[in-house]
Amino acid sequence: MSDVLLANVDRLAAEVPDGAKVAVFKAEGGCAAMAATAALIRRGVRDLHLVTVPTSGLQADMLIGAGCVATVETSGVTLSEYGQAPCFGRAVKAGTVRVIDSTCPAVYAGLQAGEKGIPFMPLRGLIGSDIVRHRDDYRVIDNPFAAADPIVALPAIVPDIALFHVPLADRFGNVWIGRHAELKVMAHAARKALVTCERLHDGNLLQDETLAPATISEMYIGGVAVAERGAWPYGVTGLYDDDADRFAAYAGMAKTEEGFVAWLEETVYGRAPAVAAE
Amino acid sequence: MSADYVLEELLIAAIAGLLEGCGHIAVGVSSPIPGSAALLRRHRDREAGGRTRVSIIGTTIPEFRTDGGVDLFDSAGQGRVDAFFLSGGQIDGRANINLVGVGDGYPQQKVRWSGSFGSAYLYFMVPKVILFRLEHSRRTMVESVDFISAPGVSPPNVHRPGGPYALVTDLCLFRFDRERARFALASVHPGHTLEEVRDNTGFDFDVPEAVTETAAPDGQTLSILRETVAPVIADPYPKFARRVWGVSAAA
Repeated sequence: MSDVLLANVDRLAAEVPDGAKVAVFKAEGGCAAMAATAALIRRGVRDLHLVTVPTSGLQADMLIGAGCVATVETSGVTLSEYGQAPCFGRAVKAGTVRVIDSTCPAVYAGLQAGEKGIPFMPLRGLIGSDIVRHRDDYRVIDNPFAAADPIVALPAIVPDIALFHVPLADRFGNVWIGRHAELKVMAHAARKALVTCERLHDGNLLQDETLAPATISEMYIGGVAVAERGAWPYGVTGLYDDDADRFAAYAGMAKTEEGFVAWLEETVYGRAPAVAAE
Repeated sequence: MSADYVLEELLIAAIAGLLEGCGHIAVGVSSPIPGSAALLRRHRDREAGGRTRVSIIGTTIPEFRTDGGVDLFDSAGQGRVDAFFLSGGQIDGRANINLVGVGDGYPQQKVRWSGSFGSAYLYFMVPKVILFRLEHSRRTMVESVDFISAPGVSPPNVHRPGGPYALVTDLCLFRFDRERARFALASVHPGHTLEEVRDNTGFDFDVPEAVTETAAPDGQTLSILRETVAPVIADPYPKFARRVWGVSAAA
């Protein structure tokens, strides 16, 4: 456990160096660390290699729009019922972000290789997809245990940082992930996880029989910051709902670069303390 | 009144028919019509003493939850998922689907969509994949997709227990012949014609001698949809349930 336990989100964001390979979690369920994402944009992080686990929405779109991302490795970036992700679409078309197309189980399989410390993982499917044609890091190999059975080998994914939001963490740096078991794979594979939480748990999560199975040990955690409503405008299951108005506003504003800049001013820089006029 | 049902109900009933015999039906994100069809199928099977299971990704209803995304894909790899739904910005005559973008010069295509999601895997592993696309036009039903997110067919040496089974659109229902890598028209929805389907389809397909009309949902089906399915599907898809049935989520 690092010395950034119980930092604020800006201190946590300072732990993400320029050029880092950062894994972020899908929008579903409120595990996207949006307050920390705003902090990353405020800090002006650059050249990230974003790995979406396995997809992303507003989080990846904002980081791309704000110029923080050099490469995005993804199975999908979408605002779901609010439409296509506008900054992602613009940046891919303009060539200002490098996109590495993947497929959801390939992201999980790569992370599983990462958490096992092995170089690759085989996965069914994929053969004949243009995803494979454009990925020079994938290999179609022969199943060593059977004849004439081609299978795709995927390299391990080892992010420098796994960044996500959870409902609960404790003072020891253990974090409770609820039903989102995929977060374990992501945290285990990464060199360290940086986590924001809604609130602190009294006591040790790993000593509670009911909470321990859905807890990631502090062994994997590089920093924790309390961020109440830290997934906003996403909701957190059981705590608060998606802010539908803000998503609709974003989908409208981010259609143009000017609108996106206005969104950042309101939503990202608006959170920072106002600078006194002199 | 020409009909006492809406298009959504016709499609749900038609898809539920295609799902007969599927023990575990999984439904991806943003799929309210396939989700409703899966729930209708489950209801009918349970009435008949069956144990059909439905997993809808992205809902908070506990009974639908698996142990996360890893579990969904792993269980599909083991053969524990019998049916799934996929769509495409483009779908071609060999059932290749494209969820990535339009135009040459990948990755800098003129239109970029979200990405391939789990299609490049589930299309291979799930025995009965139903393609579903509400916009049936020459823009979506193309001769050849610009990017193959997932191929419709594979060479015989590629392990592929699954693949495309049918394609359901707002105009008609096709069945897919995996041996011939070709769609065949199965039925045309009421109010539409074979000519209309031909005019709006960019790929060639087989047509039976007598083209049948997609069966309209009967009264019993409509009451199951409106009374039983609607309040359940309103949990993952509140807007859809309100628009189609004027129903909110069950308490």
